[in-house]
Amino acid sequence: MGALSTKHLLGIKQLNQADIELIFSTADNFKEVINRPIKKVPSLRDITIANLFFENSTRTKLSFELAEKRLSADVVNFSAAASSVSKGETLIDTVNNILAMKVDMVVMRHPNPGAPIFLSKHIKANIINAGDGAHEHPTQALLDAYSIREKLGDVKGKRVAIVGDILHSRVALSNIYCLQKLGAEVMVCGPPTLIPKHIQSLGVKVEFSLDKALEWSDICMMLRIQLERQGSDRSVKYFPSLREYHQLYGLTSERLKKVKRSPVIMHPGPINRGVEISSELADSENSIILNQVENGVAIRMAVLYLLASEHENEE
Amino acid sequence: MKSKRLILNQTQLALTIKRLCFQLIENHNDFSDTVLIGLQPRGIYLAKRIQKELNQILGSEKVLLGSLDTTFFRDDFRRRDSPLIPNKTRIDFIIEDKKVVLIDDVLYTGRTIRSGLDAMLAYGRPKLVELLVLVDRRFSRHLPIEPNYVGETVDSVDSERIEAQWEEVDGKNQVILKEIKQ
Repeated sequence: MGALSTKHLLGIKQLNQADIELIFSTADNFKEVINRPIKKVPSLRDITIANLFFENSTRTKLSFELAEKRLSADVVNFSAAASSVSKGETLIDTVNNILAMKVDMVVMRHPNPGAPIFLSKHIKANIINAGDGAHEHPTQALLDAYSIREKLGDVKGKRVAIVGDILHSRVALSNIYCLQKLGAEVMVCGPPTLIPKHIQSLGVKVEFSLDKALEWSDICMMLRIQLERQGSDRSVKYFPSLREYHQLYGLTSERLKKVKRSPVIMHPGPINRGVEISSELADSENSIILNQVENGVAIRMAVLYLLASEHENEE
Repeated sequence: MKSKRLILNQTQLALTIKRLCFQLIENHNDFSDTVLIGLQPRGIYLAKRIQKELNQILGSEKVLLGSLDTTFFRDDFRRRDSPLIPNKTRIDFIIEDKKVVLIDDVLYTGRTIRSGLDAMLAYGRPKLVELLVLVDRRFSRHLPIEPNYVGETVDSVDSERIEAQWEEVDGKNQVILKEIKQ
């Protein structure tokens, strides 16, 4: 047992298997903490964390904020819409101004891939990537793998199909890294226009038929169609209509009956009911969508706790 | 130079635990209103033995035992080289309005007990809290904390370490005093 091998959580790519397992075993303890009558522990009471969200988010932001507060950290929030970013300030200037107010850790979501990596080279605080463009979303992948481990006992040897908009999804990329590091097999499935070229080079299977993917998988991770990334006026068409997408790639109970399978169903949210998944299945017994959300707080507490423990000794 | 001194051997340890149990019974009768809480990681081995012994003496299976991890409440977080790795907390009962006996193997600076007191409050407001330790290292406290029940009192210096060893983890039941490298 020891410390994480990294000072920042920029992506799953930078973590090794021991790091992931340390985060999981720490999260086990925090899961117990958040189910206590008093859900707060004083571990991070001398730490200030800035949540910088340059892009919209509900779940991740809430989840991080709850995790921070349950560790007794001081929290400042920032969202790009109401800030000086719209007045033309650069990212480094914005963050350095915030750090000048003595902030120890930064949780950042940014529309540009690599923004947290760039930042980590220029500032001293610990950085946690809460999603950068279509690149990575490490805490989501960690909580997904943690939820699989909780539901099925282990991640190793499991077959996971990630279905939907792989092209625009940071969740997909982080999950591919994370699941593979833990020894799972990963398949991506979706319309050819939404599967990035050369994704096979990551060692994943590619399948264009949802039925075949369902026949193969133990776990089915549905992704949202990211309409907001298809051009401002939806000028770029990746598929003819949402209805057609639902017919070909929507997860419904009829489809599961046809292939005689009942995989564990996951979704990082937000769900578009009736598009990628039917309402009935989203609320079904095999769905662990809400467990994912619960585990999100525990995983984020574990990440914050482990990164913060390194802090003092660095200086 | 690494020196070692035996403080309690297996028989003495068993006798000490038995004596502590009788002292507990004097104050808590049949334990209908009292619960035991062992402090993780090493206090739980003593706590389990005390629970077993009490159940035997009282002829019941009623003595409740929980284990409490104090990691997140410690005051040396971020002051150590490596992160503090937490253990499981397992308290399946309500401590609200109960008498609580906190159990740990060695009492030294008192800081662990301080964090234990804090950690315990997440489970309710006990009527009364007592402290039972196997070994009390006298005159070494950093905080005003004193035990109610003591197995053995030892005078030692900072360069020494007292270790309670248990069969299930160390292969032997005994308490030893070791010299540690500075």
